[in-house]
Amino acid sequence: MAINWFKYSSPASFYSLAGKMIPIFSITTIALFVMGLYTGFFVAPTDFQQSEAYRIIFIHVPAAWMSMFLYLVMASWAAIGLAFNTRLSSMIATAIAPTGAMFTFLALWTGALWGKPMWGTWWVWDARLTSELILLFLYIGFMALQAAIDDPRRADKAGAVIALVGVVNIPIIYFSVKWWNTLHQGATVSLTQSPKMATTMLTGMFIMALACWMYSIVVVLMRTRTIILERERHTTWVSELQGTA
Amino acid sequence: MFLWVIQRDLLLAMRQRADVLTTLFFFIIVVSLFPLGVGPEINMLRAMAPGVMWVAALLASMLSLERMFSSDYLDGTLEQMLLSPQPLSLVVLGKVLAHWLVTGVPLVLIAPVLGIQFNLPMDALLVLTASLLLGTPVLSLIGAIGAALTLGLRGGGVLVSLLVLPLYIPVLIFGAGAVEASSVGLGASTHLSLLGAFLLASLVFAPWATAAALRISME
Repeated sequence: MAINWFKYSSPASFYSLAGKMIPIFSITTIALFVMGLYTGFFVAPTDFQQSEAYRIIFIHVPAAWMSMFLYLVMASWAAIGLAFNTRLSSMIATAIAPTGAMFTFLALWTGALWGKPMWGTWWVWDARLTSELILLFLYIGFMALQAAIDDPRRADKAGAVIALVGVVNIPIIYFSVKWWNTLHQGATVSLTQSPKMATTMLTGMFIMALACWMYSIVVVLMRTRTIILERERHTTWVSELQGTA
Repeated sequence: MFLWVIQRDLLLAMRQRADVLTTLFFFIIVVSLFPLGVGPEINMLRAMAPGVMWVAALLASMLSLERMFSSDYLDGTLEQMLLSPQPLSLVVLGKVLAHWLVTGVPLVLIAPVLGIQFNLPMDALLVLTASLLLGTPVLSLIGAIGAALTLGLRGGGVLVSLLVLPLYIPVLIFGAGAVEASSVGLGASTHLSLLGAFLLASLVFAPWATAAALRISME
């Protein structure tokens, strides 16, 4: 059976598809958040070294993962938009940026809250913290550039260039704890080794990561729908939509 | 074509010498402000000097970025350059090189003199000059991308700083780090090699990205 993959690259058909997907992902998000928070607060044991304060990882680690992952997703949609001149890809990239910036800020903030009791300081200028801060600046720069350009097509392309230039930072953040001796601890979870933490903690963290992922999908879809409506407001299908609604 | 662009930009810069001198004096003034702000304690100043000089160099290089394309954009020369049969990235490389010769090289030359003001030892001065020599072209190359993207936008100057400064941070870290490493006896060669690597990588990718950005901005 031949599937027409390009059908949903048209903003009009994607608009209705996104509308159908949002409720499904919303329910998944809520269910996962409830499960993850329950595991995090009631099931996972207290850490012998850090006592209760370690529980911040259930939001800190997923937020940090999402901040990097969303940047990569944003940059790849932007690149697709730049290369194939597809409007929808660039709209999705634009829609991802605020969520990514939010997660970056969340990772920095929760990190500071954890750092105060554990390291005795809100902030240190080590490689991972600094590069995560640069990531926040990159998100802000991307959004500021797009906001400054009136022509949406030029904004898409200019944003794509700056997003792609900024991709250099992602491996630097990811490997910073390996390359430099930093105060920030090394990765506790990796694909190649067995995890160095209790299974319930790990499960809780993964459920929370999934929840954040689903949340990002919902928010990005909703924002993309708004952007589509804003940009396509002169087309007939949007006015028909308004007529029926 | 490449040489022609450099020659032309240098000639234009020489005709408006005030612009070149403004950047240079901006650098000198910013560096001189720090001893006034934090007090004339010599040991602290010596420890701060590399960082201060590098931040000032970053700001000075950024301030002059707007000039790289804007005058050519306004009088239509840039459009002609886009239409020329030569690859645009080559033209861009020429303009970046001219920008560096006009704004980067004077900074590199004046830096040792300012370093003496901060009581830096001789070998630290050498490392500082070497790191600036390797680092300032990277600043011009990366900055060109930002300048091309913000061409003709309202509030372009502030926007350029928002786009370009985060990308400058690695150069700043390793540039200032080189001087620091040599003063504690670790040797500056690793930092300088990394700066050299930045220079080579940005020489390859930045003109290409700038050319793409110019085409987007000129549409």
